[in-house]
Amino acid sequence: MTSIVLPQAATPVKRSKLRRSINDCIVVTERNLVAYVRIPDQLFFSSVQPIMFVLLFRYVFGGAIATPGMSYVDYLMPGIFVQSLLFGCVSTSVGLAEDLQKGLIERFRSLPMARSAVLFGRTISDAVRNVFVMILITVVGFAVGFRIGTSIGLYLVAFALLILFAFCFSWVFAFIGLSASNSETAGLMAFPILFPLTFASTAFVPAESMPTWLRWFAEHQPVSIAVNATRGLMQGGPGADTTHWVVMTLIWSAIFLVVFVPLAVWRYRRVG
Amino acid sequence: MTAAIEAEGLTKTFGGELLALNGVGFTVEEGTVLGLLGPNGAGKTTTVRVLTTTLVPDSGWARVNGLDVVKDANKVRSSIGLAGQYAAVDANLTGRENLRMVGQLFQLSRKDASRVADELLEHFNLTEAANRPSKTYSGGMRRRLDIAAALVVRPPVLFLDEPTTGLDPNSRTAVWQVVEDLVANGTTVLLTTQYLEEADRLADNIVVVDRGAVIAEGTPATLKATLGETVLDLGFSDVVAASAASKLFVSSWPAPPVLDGSTLELPIDAGPSQVMMALRKLDEAGMAPTSMTLREPSLDDVFLSLTGRRAELGEDN
Repeated sequence: MTSIVLPQAATPVKRSKLRRSINDCIVVTERNLVAYVRIPDQLFFSSVQPIMFVLLFRYVFGGAIATPGMSYVDYLMPGIFVQSLLFGCVSTSVGLAEDLQKGLIERFRSLPMARSAVLFGRTISDAVRNVFVMILITVVGFAVGFRIGTSIGLYLVAFALLILFAFCFSWVFAFIGLSASNSETAGLMAFPILFPLTFASTAFVPAESMPTWLRWFAEHQPVSIAVNATRGLMQGGPGADTTHWVVMTLIWSAIFLVVFVPLAVWRYRRVG
Repeated sequence: MTAAIEAEGLTKTFGGELLALNGVGFTVEEGTVLGLLGPNGAGKTTTVRVLTTTLVPDSGWARVNGLDVVKDANKVRSSIGLAGQYAAVDANLTGRENLRMVGQLFQLSRKDASRVADELLEHFNLTEAANRPSKTYSGGMRRRLDIAAALVVRPPVLFLDEPTTGLDPNSRTAVWQVVEDLVANGTTVLLTTQYLEEADRLADNIVVVDRGAVIAEGTPATLKATLGETVLDLGFSDVVAASAASKLFVSSWPAPPVLDGSTLELPIDAGPSQVMMALRKLDEAGMAPTSMTLREPSLDDVFLSLTGRRAELGEDN
């Protein structure tokens, strides 16, 4: 070991502050994606759950749920898309909590890198994984009878809208992940948030079937809005005010970003 | 000589209750090694975290390379390396990927980061394992990778937080060798340790911390001379034989021998020649011990003499 001299130090590339932040973000994103590829069972099991929900609602509950104007599978799939992507956000909080627990964040914090890069790297790599999940669920949906009622173009708009919505929503989970005492807790903390939002929504059943107080919540909360926008883009309904739902989805996405990016970065700075 | 690390009156309280740092202060001259010695919970890691900018102190100040660790945190980060129990490597990435990632986060080009990674892997005998995920590494390999990650930009100041805790003796010696090489090349090192032996071998100066405060400071030689000493334990077949042997040393030995049952404890402060002298004395008197152990003073001994209580040692803080 002593016979070999230490390597010559290399000179850092001169970059603007923004370029440095972008570089850091890309490096961290790449690192997270490598982990996804290298632990395929994690990716496998995170895909199994949405598939099971498709089969469960399509074949077990579906027969008992009446949907106006379209077959249940066409009604269901937009809800499944939204639910799958939002459930995927759990990995944002678990991933960050794990990095924290294992001391990786401590190393990152001692490096001269952008404070936001670890968080953006995590949320962006989770968005990339969501693209994979979206494609997978689409294929499964087609296999169980789902058809796009509008056009491929509008399906792709819905696709992009949901990836964006889930990306913004994942910042809530970045904040949770940095606030949890360990990765197990980070995973468990997600469900009290995800269950009411995804199930007390228009994702699986029309809100009309719910008691008045719940119906009000189900009709106004962000997950329903994203589901309605998706359903409008993919099936041309309910009603014709798809644009309204899409705009509302974008507004909610912006709200998540504006509130939770600063909160998560603040948490990252003082964590530990 | 100029100071590479200066700390003064650092305090830090966690959760309003636990006083982790209670006025820690010291200076490390450029190109020297400071051993921060103390038991679990003494404040070693907290001190390192403040100096490496990952924790803001409640009061007091610290400078690394003349830069304030709070006000100039980002500049400090560019000129330090951190390795140890709390700064980990990514288990899913290979050794090469880990080092390349750190290089790229120091704004090295991809090409430079790869070259530095390969050279470091070779330097640390990790070339063969370079393309394996680091979770398959042994403890010693992971620690070497961890230190390599701290050296990507050849920082002038290196922080090693318990670099050998939990390592087998061979890996420990390898890590020591690495530190000695770095110091020979002019790097300033602050290392925390629970082992007096480690601080003794590597450090130019030792700062002993307990309950967040400095309780002793000095060169290894002064500390050992004042706080602990090497002891030769000689076991005899019975108490009678041991006390007979003890009489040989009572008047002639520099420090008084201690009789503990059938064991005679002889303080040794002049190295191997004094051990030989002890054995020669026994031989001349026709006595032979049944067992013999040379005991280096441990952190525990130092602690006992400084604080009157035993150090609580362990793997984790």
